[in-house]
Amino acid sequence: MRYLPHTEADIAAMLAAVGCGRLEELFNEIPADCRRTAPLELPPAYSEWALDHHMETLAGTTATAPDYDIYLGAGSYAHHIPETIQQLLRRGELFTAYTPYQPEVSQGTLQAIYEYQTLVARLLGMEAANASIYDGASALAEALLMAVRITKRRRLAISQAIHPLYRQVVETYLRPTGFEIVPLPYGPDGRTDLTPLTDLRDLAAVAVQSPNFFGCIEDVAAVSDAAHADGTALMVAAFSEPLAFGLYSAPGHLGADIVCGEGQSLGIPRSFGGPGLGLFACRTTHLRAMPGRLVGKTVDLEGRRGFVLTLATREQHIRRERATSNICTNQGLCATAAAMYMASLGATGLRQLARLNYDKTGYLQNALQRAGVVLPFTAPVFNEFVVRLPAGSAATHRRLMARRIIAGLPLEPFYPELADHYLLCVTETGSKAAMDRLVAEVTA
Amino acid sequence: MMDAHALLFEEPLLWEMGAPGRSAFSMPERDVPEHPLEPALVGDYPDFPDLSEPEIVRHYTRLSQWNMSVDTTMYPLGSCTMKYNPKTNERQAALPGIARAHPLLPTELSQGLLRLMFELERLLAEITGLDAGSLQPAAGAQGELAGMLIFYAHHADQGRPRTKILIPDTAHGTNPASAALCGFTAVAVPSGPEGILEPDAVAARMDDDTAGIMVTNPNTLGLFETHIRQVADLVHAKGGLVYADGANMNAVLGQVHMGAMGVDVLHLNLHKTFSTPHGGGGPGAGPVCVTQALARYLPVPRVLKVDDHFTLGSDFPQSIGKLHAFYGNFGILARAYSYILSLGADLPRVSQLAVLNANYLRAGLRNHYHLPYDRPCMHECVFSDKHQLPHKVTTLDIAKRLIDYGFHPPTIYFPLVVPGALMIEPTETETKETLDRFIAALVSIAREAETDPERLRQAPLRAQRRRLDEVQAARKPCLTG
Amino acid sequence: MKDIEELHFPEDIRYSQDHEWARPEGDLFVVGISDYAQDQLGDIVFVELPATGRTLTEGEDFGSVESVKAVSELLAPLAGEVVAVNAELEDQPEMVNSQPYKGGWMMKIKPANGADYDQLMDRDAYLNMLKG
Repeated sequence: MRYLPHTEADIAAMLAAVGCGRLEELFNEIPADCRRTAPLELPPAYSEWALDHHMETLAGTTATAPDYDIYLGAGSYAHHIPETIQQLLRRGELFTAYTPYQPEVSQGTLQAIYEYQTLVARLLGMEAANASIYDGASALAEALLMAVRITKRRRLAISQAIHPLYRQVVETYLRPTGFEIVPLPYGPDGRTDLTPLTDLRDLAAVAVQSPNFFGCIEDVAAVSDAAHADGTALMVAAFSEPLAFGLYSAPGHLGADIVCGEGQSLGIPRSFGGPGLGLFACRTTHLRAMPGRLVGKTVDLEGRRGFVLTLATREQHIRRERATSNICTNQGLCATAAAMYMASLGATGLRQLARLNYDKTGYLQNALQRAGVVLPFTAPVFNEFVVRLPAGSAATHRRLMARRIIAGLPLEPFYPELADHYLLCVTETGSKAAMDRLVAEVTA
Repeated sequence: MMDAHALLFEEPLLWEMGAPGRSAFSMPERDVPEHPLEPALVGDYPDFPDLSEPEIVRHYTRLSQWNMSVDTTMYPLGSCTMKYNPKTNERQAALPGIARAHPLLPTELSQGLLRLMFELERLLAEITGLDAGSLQPAAGAQGELAGMLIFYAHHADQGRPRTKILIPDTAHGTNPASAALCGFTAVAVPSGPEGILEPDAVAARMDDDTAGIMVTNPNTLGLFETHIRQVADLVHAKGGLVYADGANMNAVLGQVHMGAMGVDVLHLNLHKTFSTPHGGGGPGAGPVCVTQALARYLPVPRVLKVDDHFTLGSDFPQSIGKLHAFYGNFGILARAYSYILSLGADLPRVSQLAVLNANYLRAGLRNHYHLPYDRPCMHECVFSDKHQLPHKVTTLDIAKRLIDYGFHPPTIYFPLVVPGALMIEPTETETKETLDRFIAALVSIAREAETDPERLRQAPLRAQRRRLDEVQAARKPCLTG
Repeated sequence: MKDIEELHFPEDIRYSQDHEWARPEGDLFVVGISDYAQDQLGDIVFVELPATGRTLTEGEDFGSVESVKAVSELLAPLAGEVVAVNAELEDQPEMVNSQPYKGGWMMKIKPANGADYDQLMDRDAYLNMLKG
C-alpha cells in the first residue's frame, strides 16, 4: 500500500530493536476478551484509478449547476469561489498542519487566523471574533450558553424566524440544562414579532436571525433595545448569509452583544452541508466568557511581531469541566478560506457583490409578482424570499424538477401553517435568462 | 524595507498591503437593473483592504512557508495522529457532485452522497465492532457531546437521571467539558501504578447516581487499558454505560472489538485515524458508533436504505436531536471514505505499523529520556524531562530545540499525570530512516542538555520566530488589527 | 521557580494551607497570595476577584488567578464579608508577582470572627509546611 513505507527488511530490523518476533506480538498486552475473533470484513483495496471511477459514479448522481437551475438557499449558498482560494488552501503547509500549539513554527496559520478574526470583526461590526465554531447552528447554541453564563439567567427568547434546523440544534444542546426557551413568533411582514417581549422577565438573551430564515431583514436595533430594556439581557444576532453585511448595516452596529452565524458563503463549497464555518463575535467586555480559540498579537524574544494562541485558560484543555465550551478542533481551514475570500473581495468588491445579489433577488421577486405569484412577506430581503403558490403546488414543484429546475425549498415541513409556501434563493451565480425561464415554468 | 533571508520572507498583515480600488475577484456581469433599496438599512462599507490577485497569492504562499506541516516534516504530536493526508482524498472531495451539492436537495437527486454516508456508517460499525452510527458530529468533542447526550437520554428513559460521570485522570480535557455540558459532575478516577485503570478504583466510585465512565483506550499514556472488560462489567452492573473516546483508534484497527470490550458508545476522529487533513485546526469529523440498544438515541436525520433507495429519516422520537445544521462535515466524510476504500483489507496493517513505529522510538530513546511507565506501548509513548531537570532544562526547552533539528515537537505537558510529559506519536506513515533521524536528534538534545543547556533554553534559533511572549499576549489581549 | 530560601515571607502576616495570607488592618483583614504561590504560578496574566458585599466562608472559592496555561482558585483564609477589592489588579495583574504582599493584595474582609486569624499559620509554621 503506497501510504505505508515499511519494507519487510525495515520491519524485521525494527522488530528486532523492540524485541518482538512478529508484528502480532506488539499487541500481546491486549487481553483475549477485547480482541476481534474474526478479521475485519472490508472491501478489497481500490487502486487510485478505481477509486476515482467509484467516486465519480457516486458524485455523478448529484443534481448540480449547470445541469440544474437550483433555487435553494436556507443556510447553504451557491457563490462563485475564486480559483486562487482552492489552490492556496491545497498548500500542504496549510492543510496538513494542526492547531498552532508551537507558535514558532506555526506563524502562517496564526497570522492567517489573526487576519480572519480581524476581518470577521470588521464585517460584523464587533470588537472581537474567535477562530471559529463548527457551523452556524452550533455557533448559535454556544452563543446562548454564553449568554446564560454571563447573565446567570436561565430563560431565552428565540425567534421562530431563525433557521428551523439551527433551532433544532439549540434544543439538542439545551435539553439537559433545563434552560427555558420562549419562542417569539414571526409577524405578517416576515419579521419577528417583538410584542411578547414586553411581558417577558428575567431573560438571559433575545435571539433573532437577520437576514432571517425567510430572507427578511430584521429590525436588529429594535430587538437590541427591547433586549436591553432591563439592563441585563443580551442581544444575540444570528445569520446564515454574511454577504448581506456587504450591503446592510452589520448587527454589531445595531446593538448586538453576540453575533454568530454560518460563514459558508465566504468562499467555502457547499459540500452537502459541511464543512462550513461558525462565525462568532462578541464585545471585549464578554471576552472571557467566549467559547473557542483565540489568536493574539505579541512579540518574540527579538521584539519582532508574532502571533500566539491566547486566553486559553477559558478552554477545555486547561479549565476542563469549567471551560467555556468543550470545543477543541474547530474549522481552521474553512476560516482561512473565509479570510482569503474577504481579502479577495475587498471593501469595494464586497459591496458590489452584495448589491448584485440584492438586485438579482429583486429582479426575480418583481418578475414573479408580475406573473401573479404571491409574495406573502413584505419586509426587505437579501438573497432569499418566500412565495406562495396556488394550492396543489407540490405537483408544480415536481414538474419543474423534471425540467431540471429546483424551485426552492418547501416550507411546510418546517412551518405546517405555510403549506404551498416556498423559500427561493438567488445569488450572483443565477442569470436573468434562467430566472425568466423559472417564471415562465412556474406560471405555465 | 522588507526583510528577507534565503527563502524566509517577512510578510505584512493584509491591511498593511493593497490600495483602494484593487480587487482579486472576478465580478460576474450585471444582467439585471438596480433594485430599489431602503437607504436607512444600508451600512458603511466594511473596512476591508483592497488587494489584487497576485498579492493574495503571494501573501498566503509566504504565510504557508512559515508553517511546519505533515507535508514538510515528521509531526509527532501525541494524541493527534498526524499521519500522511493522501492527495487523492482531496480530489474526491472536490468533485463537483460533492463540492457543489446542496444539502437540501430532494433525496432522489443526491443518491450517491446518501449511499456514501450509509456505507461509511457501515464501515465504521464494522471497524469498531459496534452496531450503528451517526456521522453528524463535526469534531471529536462534538462526538463526545453526542455520546453524553445519549447517556443522558438513556438514563432519563430509565426514569432516573444520573448526575455523575467517571473520568480517568489521564483523560483529554474535552471529556470533562463535554460531560459538563450535559450537567454531569466529573469524578476523577486515578490511574494505578501501571498507568492504567484499576477495577477497584472504579468500583469504589461507581454507584447508582453515576451515569457511566468515559475511557480512552489505548489511554493517553499510550497504554492499553487491560482491565477494560472488568471495568465495563462493574459499570454495567450498576446500570451505567461505557463511553470510549476513540482518539487513539489508530493503535487498534482490526485488533480489538469495542463491543466485546463492553463499550456502549464511541466516537472516532476521522481527522486522526482516517487521514483527513488537520487544516491548521480543523475541520474534523467525529462520528459516533453505538450498540443496537442505544441506536434509537442517535442524532437525526439518519440515512436509511429502502430497497435500493437511500432516504433521510427523522422519525426517531427518542433521538437526542440534531447536532449540526445538516449532516456534519460531509467533505471530511468523503475523504475518510476514500481512505478506507484505498486501504481496504490492509487497514489492520496501519495499526501494526503505527505501534511498531512507536515502540521503535521507545526502544531508541529509553536510555536517554525518563520513561515513567516502562511497558510496551501502543501507538504513542510518553517520556518526561526528569533526567534533564537537574540541568535546568525542561520539556519546553527540549521541544523547542527539536524545531532546530527540523522536527515538529511532540505534545508536551500532557497527560497531566506525568510532570513534564513528552508525548510522541510517530504514526505509521513515517519511514524507518526518519525515525532514526528523529531518535538521533533527541539523543543529541539530551547530550546538549548536559553540555550546553543554555542553547536549549534559547531554542529555537532557526525558526521564523524566536520564543514568543505569551504573557504579554494574555495580559493585554490584542485579537484584531 | 525559586528555592524556598530565595522567597520572602513577612513576619507580620499569617498564612493558610492554600498559600493565601491575611494581615490585620484595623477591624479588617487584607488578603493576598504568598510569594511561594505566585512563584509556583509563574507570570500572572489575570486575576478574578469577588464582588464587594459578598459573604465568604472559610476556604470558600473567592476568585481565581491565571497564568498563561493554568488557572488556580483563590480560597478565603478567613470567613467574612468582602468590603474592598484591589481594582488595580485588573490592569496590572503582574503586581501579584512583583509585590505579593503590597500592591498585589486582593481583597479586604470584615471577619465573621476576628479570632479565626489566630488559627492561621505564622511564618515559621508556614515555612515548615513548605519544606514538608
